[in-house]
Order: sequence, then structure tokens, then C-alpha cells
Amino acid sequence: MQTATMTDAETWISIGRIEDIPRQGARVVTISTGDIAVFRTADDEVFALADKCPHKGGPLSQGIVHGKRVTCPMHDWKINLETGLAAAPDEGCAARYPVRVVDGMVSLSLMVE
Amino acid sequence: MDMSTAPAGSKPKLVMVGNGMAGMRTLEELLKAASGLYDVTVFGDEPHPNYNRIMLSPVLAGEQSVEQIVLNSRDWYAENGITLFTGRKVVKVDRRTRCVEADDGTRAPYDRLLLATGSKSFVLPIPGANLPGVVGFRDIADVEAMIRAASEQRHAVVIGGGLLGLEAAHGLKRRGMEVTVVHLGATLLERQLDEPAARLLQRSLEAKGIRFLLQAQTAALLPSTQGRVGAVQFRDGKTIPAGLVVMAVGIRPNTELAESAGLHCTRGLVVNDTMQTYDPRIYAVGECVSHRGIAYGLVAPLFEQAKVCANHLAEHGVARYTGSLTSTKLKVSGIDLFSAGDFAGGEGTESLVYSDAAAGTYKKLVIKGNRLVGACIYGDTLDGAWYFDLLREGTDISQLRKTILFGQSHLGDSGHGNADRVAALPDTAEICGCNGVCKGDIVNAIRDKKLFTLEEVRAHTKASASCGSCTGLVEALLAHTVGGDYSAAPSRKPLCGCTDHSHDEVRATILGHGLKTMPDTMRFLEWKTSDGCAKCRPALNYYLLCAWPDEYRDDAQSRFINERAHGNIQKDGSFSVVPRMWGGLTNPRELRAIADVAEKFQVPEMKVTGGQRLDLFGVKKEDLPAMWADLTQAGFVSGHAYGKALRTVKTCIGNRWCRFGTQDSTGLGVRLEEMTWGSWMPHKFKLAVSGCPRNCAESTIKDFGVVCVDSGYELHIGGNGGIKVRITDLLCKVETEAEVLEHCAAFTQLYREEAHYLERTAPWVERVGLAHIKAKVVDDATTRKTLAGRFHRAQQTAQTDPWAARAEGDEAHEFTALAEIVCE
Ligand code: SRM
Ligand SMILES: Cc1cc2nc3c(=O)[nH]c(=O)nc-3n(C[C@H](O)[C@H](O)[C@H](O)COP(=O)(O)OP(=O)(O)OC[C@H]3O[C@@H](n4cnc5c(N)ncnc54)[C@H](O)[C@@H]3O)c2cc1C
Ligand code: SF4
Ligand code: FES
Repeated sequence: MQTATMTDAETWISIGRIEDIPRQGARVVTISTGDIAVFRTADDEVFALADKCPHKGGPLSQGIVHGKRVTCPMHDWKINLETGLAAAPDEGCAARYPVRVVDGMVSLSLMVE
Repeated sequence: MDMSTAPAGSKPKLVMVGNGMAGMRTLEELLKAASGLYDVTVFGDEPHPNYNRIMLSPVLAGEQSVEQIVLNSRDWYAENGITLFTGRKVVKVDRRTRCVEADDGTRAPYDRLLLATGSKSFVLPIPGANLPGVVGFRDIADVEAMIRAASEQRHAVVIGGGLLGLEAAHGLKRRGMEVTVVHLGATLLERQLDEPAARLLQRSLEAKGIRFLLQAQTAALLPSTQGRVGAVQFRDGKTIPAGLVVMAVGIRPNTELAESAGLHCTRGLVVNDTMQTYDPRIYAVGECVSHRGIAYGLVAPLFEQAKVCANHLAEHGVARYTGSLTSTKLKVSGIDLFSAGDFAGGEGTESLVYSDAAAGTYKKLVIKGNRLVGACIYGDTLDGAWYFDLLREGTDISQLRKTILFGQSHLGDSGHGNADRVAALPDTAEICGCNGVCKGDIVNAIRDKKLFTLEEVRAHTKASASCGSCTGLVEALLAHTVGGDYSAAPSRKPLCGCTDHSHDEVRATILGHGLKTMPDTMRFLEWKTSDGCAKCRPALNYYLLCAWPDEYRDDAQSRFINERAHGNIQKDGSFSVVPRMWGGLTNPRELRAIADVAEKFQVPEMKVTGGQRLDLFGVKKEDLPAMWADLTQAGFVSGHAYGKALRTVKTCIGNRWCRFGTQDSTGLGVRLEEMTWGSWMPHKFKLAVSGCPRNCAESTIKDFGVVCVDSGYELHIGGNGGIKVRITDLLCKVETEAEVLEHCAAFTQLYREEAHYLERTAPWVERVGLAHIKAKVVDDATTRKTLAGRFHRAQQTAQTDPWAARAEGDEAHEFTALAEIVCE
């Protein structure tokens, strides 16, 4: 596990390599203000959302990732990874965080989108 | 009797007069018993081949067509070498020369003669009874006349409030006429119903728009200006308009022909118990007959007569007809009515009555000396067949008295459907009253002849082929015997939104095309999404694992979090840990180890589960591998409390300690658990072993339950506690522990291979039918051994403890954070 120190909210914080996240899976980045789930899709796109389902706060990082969505393990809400929005008929939104991958290194920004 | 009259080399001649239901049934039975014994000639005065007269009511109501009710087509007669003369009425029987003659002069010699002339509608001897527009309700011609009148006339009057009258009224109402039923009695159907039930019936018919004039005596039918019937006049002089009058006041047996031939008739052609008239060459069956003083007017007894008569015509000569008990139903859609036996009660009888006028249900059971002698039910008639059975069998109902009014379902358990009700019936229970077909006949035919549809069952067994009121029961039997395959269109529900293919198709394709990875499977089956969804991926992962236990590499990302993290996720995101305790057994060393682990990892709560083991709640995900390391050290393996997998084997103490125990239920439970642990399943799977029928381990609500008895082991399957309770079905009884293990392995494998993902054994058993499972696991030892073999093969790779592996570092990323960000 990597420990990063945050000094300036605008900076990108590197959190690990893309291979560290399983395809169609997620890993958690812990932070005192609330965990962040970092997802990797089947075609290696990376997304980050607050690890808190808009329904009842279930850990989205523990869900099943399919397409650009994750199904919450608690009550099966489907959350869009790009937008953080719950799929209809459910309504709600998980906070999104910017992520980028440069040369296989994943970095995260804490500026909520 | 000798048949020497037939010339050498040629067959004796059988002539039948009356091409109706009873006579033709006799011929069918005869063909079954001894085909080709006679040269058969049939005379019928109707212009049609034999049809289902009962169904004239639905034809009148527009629910069926005349073509649909034909029972034996002209081709059928030809194929069976029967000479058929339709539209010809036999007017003379010359018993001396043994020859019959029809109204057109056609003559036919006979060696044996069968009279099956049925009966005709009784026409009230009142003025105007012969006016055009006055009909009976007996044959196709009558129905055609009624249908024609319905399009030209507005008012119909049905005289007679019996079964036929009410069915006619209903049919005419359906055809848009204003219908009045005129009835002499104070209540309808007084031969079938007692007063409260009759009132309920009248109320629901009135709600359908039919009017009633009770205690009304018809005096005359008055002509209209066109010279057809125009009105009905009563004793008191009142008249009501009537463009059509249906006489349904009763039937009279057609005995003129027999009488003219000098055969003894008293309110019917008199026959003995072998269905012979006073002339032993002449037999008679059907409504024209009087047997022991009774003329029957329903097909069930007539078909019994037909069987006996055929037996004698076939020269088997053993059967005797001794009379029938009859039950009736009314064929008016939306109205359920059943009556049988002596429903009126009287001296020496007592009545149990249940009445809920608001709900429109009424039940009266008449009991005499602990036996049911009569039943009259209005509203919910599902239990009619059961009551009729108790009645005919003369079953001692003293044990049932308290619950009998609530029907058979009440004897069983909650959560049971119609299917279970028929499942509970004995093989000898009569399902189809019209044709006397028992449950056993139907189940055997379904199984042996591979029948899947109601039509096929009708064709092969005749069940539900006459009045059709047992259709529901026959369908329930089909569903029970062949499961979800029954009916023309096997349900093809797609597995999920990502595909059009059903679970079964996907499984078959995986095996048939040797698909061994999830991407291959999705590509081959043209999945609509790139990588499936949370519904299909776990299903495919399981199907592939089950199909290729040695080769398939489990896909953790297609597993629900519990199975990926090998613990149950809790509402706060922590996990629970349930170590396996074989058969619920434990000891101080194990308990101490668990206590140590709980203290070391500061487990906030512990509980004894409903599965006879200990649950440690609130464990942090990152602590799991370390905790498992300690548990592994102490000899524990995962309890799979989180998996679609073998969960627990519940046991009782059995003969090790219990004063009632018959076998070593605890030991057997442990051995079963050792055999089955680690196995992935379509859904969770629970076992239990009880040491005696007191069933302390609740074996009868388990997926596979064993109840030990003195002489061996009863094996039960398909039980379920939980959301919808289902009591197990008895699979079979075996004598040795080895057999228990083999049956368990085979049953488990069959479930693993055939059930849909997330389908527990209870719905699976209901879907495929117990018979199917028995055929593979019980009846056929080779199949059983093959299934068990495949199970053991799969277990070789499945029985590795996931906790031990993770304690050693497997899938470490699952239990650690990717990064920790410290805010300054
Ligand atoms: C722990 C336990 C309750 C207890 O404290 O006793 C339990 C706990 C849960 N049960 Fe259960 N069931 C437990 C025994 C039972 C029993 C009793 C039994 O097995 O004898 C039943 C009824 C019997 C049966 O299954 O037929 C039972 C019927 C269910 C059902 C309904 C299943 C059904 O087919 O209707 C569910 C829901 C499901 O599986 O979809 C369920 C689901 C659950 C879940 C997994 C709920 C969930 O999805 O999170 C609970 C997990 C709690 C946890 O975090 O550990 N649990 N559950 C029991 C664990 C037994 C074990 O040692 O493994
Ligand atoms: C509308 C209606 C509804 C019914 N509903 C039910 C029901 O729900 N349940 C039930 O059990 N029963 C019901 N029945 C009664 C059942 O149809 C009869 O009991 C059964 O058809 C009698 O069979 P059978 O062979 O004795 O007489 P039929 O079926 O009447 O056959 C006798 C045949 O012989 C012909 N025939 C008579 N004399 C001669 C002759 N001299 N030469 C040539 N042919 C002759 C007649 O025209 C007739 O075709 C119903 C009857 C009707 C009319
Ligand atoms: S079921 Fe029978 S053997 Fe088991 S504990 Fe109860 S009484 Fe004893
Ligand atoms: S908490 Fe995510 S669906 Fe309920």
C-alpha cells in the first residue's frame, strides 16, 4: 500500500499502478474524510467515486463492476462510474473524483467533480 | 354363449344401435380388450359421428365449436373397420332372425346386439308444446336451433331449473338473449343442492343477468303472430314473452325400439349386472338402461357400464356392474358447484356446515357413523374430488373431523400450491370423475408415454376429456410429474437483460460447444453487453465451474462480495466469520481457539447461529486473513456461511445419547458434511440428519434431509425454511449409510447440473417434478452412480479451504487498501 501526503488539493496524488486494481474490480483509497473507491473496467478505464452508495451508504468498492457501472453489494443499485448517478428507477448520485493514468500510474485528485 | 351361428372363417357380427357416448365408449373398451373379434356395424339417427354431448353447453355458450367436440371422427370408424350408418334410425329388431332394420330399409344381421339409444328430452304435455321455437336440449340440432333463435329472438324462457336448464340459460344469456328460468320447485337444483347453496347459486346467476320464476307452473305455450311460440302462460293466467322455449324438465329413456322387440322395460331397458337384457344376445348400456331400478343420467356411471359390457363382449366374462355413486358439477363458467351422495342428510346423520355468504362460499358435509356420505359445496370446489374419494372409499374420518371442512390443503402445510394438493393424493384417487381415471393412471401415462400437454393426456387417458371440470387437477398433475416442461410452450425466460437465451440454453451451449471461459461464452451466445451484468456474470461463472471443474479458473470479479471475501458483508461494511463445525459438534479445544481469536481481534459480538455453529460478527475486512490464519492453525475451515454453496449439516444427537435415537445421526451428519463441504451450488444448500421421526434436526425443511428410522434412512429433498416454507418430498428409503451418501451425492450433483442459478432445491423440484428426480437418483442405479461419480470428481478440486489459501496470501489485494491518503 502506498501512503501519500496531501498538501495541495489541486495536485494529483499518485495512488498505485493500474495492475494493482483488478479488471472489473475496485480498490479502496482510505482517507480520513471518507473512503474513495477506484474502479477499473474490463477495458482498463479507471474511475473514482466516493465509496458510499447514494442509497444507504453501502461500500461501492465491494460491488460487481460491469460495463461502466457498479452494482452496489447491499441492495443492488446500479451506479454509473462516469457520472456517479444511480440508474433509473433509483435516484441518487455518488461523489466523483478525477483520476488519470499516466504510464500505468494512477493518480487521483480530491477536487470533487 | 356360443357363436356357432357365424359362418366358419368369418367373424361374429356385433351391431350397435345409438351412436352416442355410452355405446361408443363400449366399442372403444372392446377394441382395447379384444380388437378384431367382431365385424362391427353402428347405426345412429343423428347425422354426426360420435360427439361429446356434455360439451353442448359450452357450444351453446359460444366457448367451443361443434368440430371441437367430436370424439370419434369418421376416419376413426374407418380405421377400426367399423361400418357406420349415420342419419338412420333403427325401427325394428327381429330377434328371431337376429336382424335390425333402419327407417330407410337398411338391414344388418347380428350375433350380438348392443342397444345404446340414450334418452330424449321430456316435453311437457301442454298446449303449444309442438310450436316452432320450442326445443329440448339434447343434441346438436337443438343447439343449432337455439343459436339461430338467439340471433332472431329477444326473449328466451327455459323451463326447468336443473343442471341442463341452468346451462341452457347461461348459454343463451351469453348469446345475448333475455333469459328467464321457470322452475316448479322452490329452489334450484333441488336434486343436487340444499337450500342455502341453491340460494347462493341463484344469486350469482342473477348477477349474470338471468331471471328466475320459482314455484311457477307452466300451463300453455301461446303462439305469436308468425305462428311460432310467442309467450309462456302460467297457471295463474300471467304470461311472459318467449321467442324461444327450452324444455329442460327431464329426460326419458329411448326404449320404444326395445319395447317393440319385446324386451322387458320399466323406466328404462332392464339389464342385469353384466349389462345383458332379458335376451342374452342383446346388451344395453347408457341412459336408456335401468340397472337395479336406477337409470343414470351422467357419463361417469355410463362409462363404468361400458367397461363391464365390453368385458363381456370380449368374452372375458368377469366384470360386474353393481351401480355407481355419482357426483355433479355445473358447467357454468365462473360458478363452482359440487355435490355428491346424500347431501340432504336426515335421520342418523350429522352435518358439518361452513357458510360465508359474503364470500359466496358454502360447504356442507353429511356424516354418518364417522363416514362421509354426502357433500354439497358451492364456491371453492377444489376439494370436491377429495371429498368424493373419502365418500366412495368409506374412509373413517374421525381423525379429520376438526379440519375436514377446510379441505385437504389444511391437512398439509402453508405455502403449498395446487400441485402439492394433487401430489398428496394417493395413486388410487380418482381425478376424472367422468371417465373414472385415477391419479396413478395419469401419472404413469405422463411418464411412460412422455406426455407434455393437456391434449396429450386427454388423448391417452381420457382424463379431463369429457366435462373438463378436472382440467385444473390434470394440469397440476402434469406440472407435478414433468415439472416446468409441461405445456406446449416451455418457458423461455432469458437469463437477464444481456441475452435472449434462457438458463437452460446457456448451460446446454456451454457443454455442447465446449465453451470454457466467460468471454468465449458471451461471444458465442452473442451477449448484448460487453461484459455482462451483476446477474449473469455470477451465473455464468457458476455454470462454467460446474461444467468444467478441472479446467475452469474461477473469476473472483464475477462473484458477489461475500464469496469474493469469504465472509458475510454486514450493514457497516464489516464481515462475519463462521468456521465450520462438522455436524454441529465441537469440543473444548475448538471453543478455546475460537474464544482466543475473538479476543485477539476484538470481535464485538458472537452468536450461535441457526445452523448449529458460531458466528463472529463485525470483523474488519483487513483483519480477515490474519484471523483465518489463527483459525486454520486450530484446524478450522471456512463454514461457507456466505456462499451459494453447501452451508451446514444440522444433526441431532441420535443413538449416541438420545433414548429415542435409532441411528448415529450425528456421525452420519459429519460424514455427509465431509463429503459435501466446499461444493459450489446454484444456491445455498442445507442438509440435516435426525435420529428418529421426532425430527429434532428439522430434516424435512432442508434441501436434503435424512430421517433415521429403525429399518434405515428416509431421504427427503427439496425442503425450504426461509421465505416460503416448503416441506420436503420423500425421495426414497434406503438401508445403509453408504446408500445415503451415494443418493446424497447423486441428488446434489443433479441439482448442481440442472438448476438455474439462484434457484434453491425447493423451486427446482417443483419446476422439474419429483418424478424426474426419482427417475435419475432412485430408479436407475447406473445414472445415480454416474451422477455421484461426477460429484466426487468435482469435489477433488472444490475441497480446498479458501481461508487457508488467503491466510497464506492469496488474493491479498482484496483485503488491503490501494493507498492511504493522510491529510495534513
Ligand atoms: C447467521 C444466520 C442467523 C443466525 O444467527 O442464526 C443467518 C444469517 C443470514 N441469513 Fe439466513 N442465517 C442463518 C440461518 C438460516 C436458516 C436456518 C437454518 O439454516 O437452519 C434459514 C432458513 C432455512 C433455509 O434456508 O431454508 C435461513 C434463511 C435465510 C434466507 C431465506 C432463504 C430462502 O430460501 O428463502 C436468506 C436470504 C437468501 O438466502 O437469499 C438468508 C440470508 C441470510 C444472510 C446471509 C443475509 C444476508 O444476505 O446478509 C444473513 C447473514 C448474516 C451474517 O452476516 O452472518 N437466510 N437462514 C444463520 C446462519 C446459519 C449458518 O450457520 O450458516
Ligand atoms: C346439454 C347436456 C349437458 C350434459 N352435461 C353433462 C355433464 O356435465 N356431465 C355428465 O356426466 N353428463 C352430462 N350430460 C349427460 C350425458 O351427455 C349423457 O348422460 C350421455 O350422453 C348419455 O350417453 P348415451 O350413450 O346413453 O346416450 P346419447 O349420448 O344420447 O347417445 C344415444 C344416441 O343414440 C341415438 N339413437 C337413439 N335411438 C336410436 C335409434 N333407434 N336408431 C339410431 N340411433 C338412435 C341418439 O340419437 C343418440 O345419438 C349432459 C347432457 C346434455 C344434453
Ligand atoms: S430426533 Fe430423535 S434421536 Fe434426535 S434428538 Fe430427537 S428424539 Fe433424539
Ligand atoms: S446501499 Fe447501495 S443499494 Fe442500498
